[in-house]
Amino acid sequence: MIAKPGLDGHDRGAKIIARALRDAGMEVIYTGLHQTPEQIVETAIQEDADAVGISILSGAHMTLVPRILDGLKENGAEDVLVVVGGTIPKEDSDELKERGVAEVFTPGAPTTEIVDFLKGKVPV
Amino acid sequence: MATTEDPRARSESATAAWRRELYAAKPERQGELFSTISGLENEPLYTPDGGEIDYERDLGYPGVYPFTRGVYPSMYRGKLWTMRQFAGFGTAEETNERFRYLLEHGQTGLSTAFDMPTLMGYDSDHHRSVGEVGREGVAIDSLDDMETLFAGIPLDEVSTSMTINSPAAMLLAFYLCVGEEQGVPRAKLRGTIQTDILKEYIAQKEWIFPPEPSMRLVIDMIEFCAQEMPLWHPISISGYHIREAGSTAAQELAFTLADGFAYVEAALERGLDVDEFAPRLSFFFNAHLDFFEEIAKYRAARRIWAHELKERYGAKNPRSWLMRFHTQTAGVSLTAQQPELNIVRTALEAMAAVLGGTQSLHTNSFDEALALPTENAVRLALRTQQVIAHETGVVNTIDPLGGSYYVEELTNRLEAESYDYFDRIRKLGGVIPAIKENFFQREIAEASFRYQHEVEQRQRIIVGVNRYEQEDEEPLEILKIDPTLEGKQIARLEAMRGRRDSAAVESALTRLKEDAAHENRNLMPQIVDASKEYVTMGEMCDALREVWGVWRETPVF
Repeated sequence: MIAKPGLDGHDRGAKIIARALRDAGMEVIYTGLHQTPEQIVETAIQEDADAVGISILSGAHMTLVPRILDGLKENGAEDVLVVVGGTIPKEDSDELKERGVAEVFTPGAPTTEIVDFLKGKVPV
Repeated sequence: MATTEDPRARSESATAAWRRELYAAKPERQGELFSTISGLENEPLYTPDGGEIDYERDLGYPGVYPFTRGVYPSMYRGKLWTMRQFAGFGTAEETNERFRYLLEHGQTGLSTAFDMPTLMGYDSDHHRSVGEVGREGVAIDSLDDMETLFAGIPLDEVSTSMTINSPAAMLLAFYLCVGEEQGVPRAKLRGTIQTDILKEYIAQKEWIFPPEPSMRLVIDMIEFCAQEMPLWHPISISGYHIREAGSTAAQELAFTLADGFAYVEAALERGLDVDEFAPRLSFFFNAHLDFFEEIAKYRAARRIWAHELKERYGAKNPRSWLMRFHTQTAGVSLTAQQPELNIVRTALEAMAAVLGGTQSLHTNSFDEALALPTENAVRLALRTQQVIAHETGVVNTIDPLGGSYYVEELTNRLEAESYDYFDRIRKLGGVIPAIKENFFQREIAEASFRYQHEVEQRQRIIVGVNRYEQEDEEPLEILKIDPTLEGKQIARLEAMRGRRDSAAVESALTRLKEDAAHENRNLMPQIVDASKEYVTMGEMCDALREVWGVWRETPVF
């Protein structure tokens, strides 16, 4: 599942990733824009997602991503793999990983790298 | 009728012969594409045998219909473009400091970036605003913040641009009130407010209301400005975000112009005379990396707009035919890898905008793929424009690439591609039905995926990303937004709410809802009245949400 939390409308990356994953044979759900952390958690659980890719470019990642991690945990879904993509400074990305994000992809990361990473972690 | 004597036929065969005998003798490089960044095929050489050009009809003179060569007779020999750096972060106080810094360093116009909650019509204390206040622009909740934002800046001396769309009417009202508080009548205020809601549905995705009431609000602003703010541009019809979302140059051009025609048609339906409002419509384009394609795009844009305004919409005032535009270099072309290279990319893009005849220009800072720019990076970006203006000599003659076989051919092709898109949009029933069918969104997603694929196949090279990479780069010093500012802004907002007359606020909001429910009432006067009572932007948007509902997109990828 590709999720777009926060208020920004930058969905070019989210759509490219969603399509690359679909082309790689995965079943992909894209939430659309402006989702709250609660909405994302709810969709992930409803759809029984193996992995959630969070695309965020608004600078609010340190507020919104932990809320998604906490929400998954509270609903017993902490086994859902969470990855993040966006303009995330190095120190923030280290902290997000400590909190349970499996990987953070920053600008310029090729879709093949993201596809390979997910293929290695979740059943296709 | 001896065709062998026709000089055109002779030159055609000469070009073909050259290609066969000389050019084809040596193989071309393999791997990288020779097409434009948008995928338009390029010939190895352009000669007079390309398209036929009628100089008077297709090019003409600067300041003369169809304005292909420029909108003003003297262009940059008369006046340089306005160097207008977009700025905004944190609270109104911090952005006010950045504005003053830029004015002191020779910038000639202001341009305001608002934060995401403001763009989406939420006050800083709304639950959707958590973590986003002041992050990507300045947080403006009410007239109170606007007063701080422009403190000490005389609004009769600067021109101000405001990048805001869904809540544009409220921000225009705030600005107008600050002007009046400074003793500057609204009729003397100069500047531009973006207001282009159609491209929000198409690309930038910062919407609130459904398209129909949003269009009504846009036309309310156009009508209000035509009557009361004659020096103000009530809309900046924008291709920038369409391109940033991954479109081609032709899509940027065609979709922007189609949006422009949609606003003209809506204003005509309101009963306005085309010459009453068309001279105040302005445009905003991207400057991407494919140098000649970009220059051709601006030239084609001017020619199409002039032609359609004159021939299709019957505008009589030559000023209605002029497409004046702002340009910003392509944020999407910047890389997080070896970010100093972005200075070079931005300079080349800015050069294309200048050779394309832009009226104002923002150059991106080299650290913007990583964060909002530092003061030092912004200064470098502004200096880039100053070097182009004063050192390179490109300003010394007007439209210096006019008459280039290649540039003229590209101009014609982009024009033709636009007309193809206009037909397709018309067949879908117009811009709003096409938005609802996801037509634009799908076209852009296709183009953006194609480009990404070409990059990953190394058919397109991005220096530092898929070739000439560098290991162990030194991390760049980036701008940090103070994490306490959200709390400060919320405290400021609460204090303001405590000071105002709450009965007056309630009655202003009730009147706004009443007016909104009546199609035939212009909402601007009521929005101005509410602003004076310090009704917040979020409160006004909530009132309108109650009456109009909200917009939801069915996402496609």
